Amino acid sequence: MNTVFKSIDARPMPGRSSGPLAWLRANLFSTIGNSLLSVFLLALVVWAFVASMDWALLNAVFNANLQACNDVRGAGACWGVISEKGRLIVMGRYPETEHWRPVIATALMLGVVVLSCMPRFWNKALPAIWIVMLAIYFVLMKGGFFGLTAVDTDQWGGFPLTVMLTVISMTLAFPLAIFVALGRRSNMPAIRTLCTLYVELIRGVPLITVLFMASFMLPLFMPEGVKIDVLLRVVVGITLFSAAYMAEVVRGGLQALPKGQTEAAATLGLSYWQVQRMIVLPQALATVVPSIMNTFIGLFKDTSLVTIVSLYELTGALGLALNSDADWRPFKIEAYLFITFIYFAFCFAMSRYSLWIEDRTAVSKVR
Amino acid sequence: MTSNATPLIEFKGVNKWYASNGYHVLRDVNLQFAKGEKVVICGPSGSGKSTLIRCINALEEYQEGTLTVDGTVLGDDLKGIDKVRREVGMVFQQFNLFPHLTVLENLILSPTWVAKMPRKEAIEKAMVQLERVRIVEHAHKYPLQLSGGQQQRVAIARALCLTPKIMLFDEPTSALDPEMIKEVLDVMIELTSQGMTMLCVTHEMGFAKAVADRVIFMDQGQVVEQAPPQQFFDSPQTDRAQDFLSKILGH
Repeated sequence: MNTVFKSIDARPMPGRSSGPLAWLRANLFSTIGNSLLSVFLLALVVWAFVASMDWALLNAVFNANLQACNDVRGAGACWGVISEKGRLIVMGRYPETEHWRPVIATALMLGVVVLSCMPRFWNKALPAIWIVMLAIYFVLMKGGFFGLTAVDTDQWGGFPLTVMLTVISMTLAFPLAIFVALGRRSNMPAIRTLCTLYVELIRGVPLITVLFMASFMLPLFMPEGVKIDVLLRVVVGITLFSAAYMAEVVRGGLQALPKGQTEAAATLGLSYWQVQRMIVLPQALATVVPSIMNTFIGLFKDTSLVTIVSLYELTGALGLALNSDADWRPFKIEAYLFITFIYFAFCFAMSRYSLWIEDRTAVSKVR
Repeated sequence: MTSNATPLIEFKGVNKWYASNGYHVLRDVNLQFAKGEKVVICGPSGSGKSTLIRCINALEEYQEGTLTVDGTVLGDDLKGIDKVRREVGMVFQQFNLFPHLTVLENLILSPTWVAKMPRKEAIEKAMVQLERVRIVEHAHKYPLQLSGGQQQRVAIARALCLTPKIMLFDEPTSALDPEMIKEVLDVMIELTSQGMTMLCVTHEMGFAKAVADRVIFMDQGQVVEQAPPQQFFDSPQTDRAQDFLSKILGH
C-alpha cells in the first residue's frame, strides 16, 4: 500500500534517422523501382535546366540589337527587347518626359503600403499618412499644379497603374467586405437582404462585364454634362467586385467563431460595434488570413483586365508596346517573362507576408 | 429571509419559446430572488435551467410575462438591457475567455470600455480580482496557455471586475477535469461570504448543500419544486424530484 509513484523519464523516439544521406536513402532510393524513377526524374530536371539555360543565357542576346536577335531566334533569348521596350511596358502611355513623376509617386505609395504592413505602425497616425500620401500621389500623377504638366488619367499606364488600381481597390474593398459580411449576419432583415443581394449579383457576373458596364453603360445613365473619370469608374468596379468575394471569405471567418464569444462580450456590457471590433473581427480575420491574401493576389492580377476599357496597365502596356512594332513583335515571350517576373515578385512577397501575419496571430492560440 | 422586501429578481408568469423551432422552453415560471440569496438550480438536461438564468441578463428574450431585475423590466428597451448587464456578471460552462487577449486584457476590457475607467485603475482592480481567484502569476499569459480550472477562475474574476450585484453561473464546472472542479468551487464558496446574490446552475450537490439558501428543481420548462437544500435532499416532495435525486446520488 505504501508504494511511491515514480515517473519514467522521457526518451527520444527510436529509429529516427537524421542527416541528408539517411534522408536520401529513405525517400528517394528505398527500392530498386524508386531508385530508377529518382534517377530518371533527376536526369529530366538536369536536361530541362541545361536546355533553358542555353536559351536564356548562353545563346541569348542582351543588347537591343535587332539583327543579332533575329539571328538567334529559336535558339536563344532576346533580352534586348526589354532594354528597347522595357520603359514603354513599365510606364505605359504616360508621357516619356514626365516618367520621373510616376516613379516617385509609385515608390511613395508602395512605401506607405509596406509601412502599413508592419504592426508597429498600426496607430492613429496611419490614416493621416495615407491621406497625405494619396494627395501627393494624385498631384504628382495628374499634374496641373505647381508647374507640373497635366496628364489625363487615361494616359496613366504600366506598372504604376497596376499598383495604383491594386492598392486603392484593396484599401476600399477590405472594409467594405467587412461591413457586407457583418450585414449578412445582421438581425435587421432589410440590411441582410441588401447585403446578400449585392454579393450574389456581383459574384454572378465576370469582372470584365463589371468593368465594361462601369465604363460604357454607366455614362449613358448619367445626366447630360456629368462625366465621371474613367479611372474612378474602374476603381469602383474592381472594388465592388473584389469586396463581394472578400465578404464571403470574411463571413466564413465570422461563422467559425463560437457563439459564446459574442455572448460573453455582451454580458460584459460591450456594445455591438465594440464586440465586433475588439472580440469578433480580430479572431475571425485571423482565421481567414490565407483566403484574404488569396483574394488580394487575385485582385492584383485581375487589374490586367482594365485593358478592356482602354487603360494600359502592365500587361496592357506590353501589348501596346509590341503589337504595333512588327520588328520586335517576335520577341513577345521574353517580354512576357519580364512582366511575369514582376508579377511573381509581388505575389510572392504578398504570400510571404500572409504567412508571417498568420504566424503572428497564432501567438494567441498557443496551447 | 427578507421575504417582505422587494425581490431583486422576479419572474412573473414568464413563458418562452425558441424562435427557431417553436419549442416551449419556459412554462409559467414564477420565481423571486432576494438580495444576497444563493440559489442552486438543478434538473435534467433540456429542463430550461440554463435558459432561465440566461433570461436574467437578456441573452435570451421571453414572449409572455414579466421579468424584473433590480427594478428594470427586461423587454424591448435596450437601455434597460445595458443597465442590467452592468449589474449582472455571468460565468459560462465553456469559460468563453477571449483567446486573443491576455488574462489581464480580458479583465480590463469591460471596465475601460464600458465603465470608462482609466486603464491604470482598471489594472489595479483587475489584479485584486486575480488575487482573489489566486491566479496573479498568470496575468500576462493567454487563456489557452492555462488549464481549464485556471481559465474558469479567470472567467469568474472577469465577471467580478464589473462589481456586479448578481452573479450567474451556468454549469461552471461541467467542462472541467475532475481534479479541477474543487479549485473552482472553492473560489465560488469564497464568493458566497461577500453577500453577493448568486444563481448557479449546477449538479454539484455537495456545493448546493454547503452554500445554497434554496434549491430549485426544474423539469420540462417548469419549476417543479423549491426548498432549502436540507429539505430538498432529505425529503423531496414530488415523484419527479425523487426520481432525479435517486439517479444523481445513487452511485
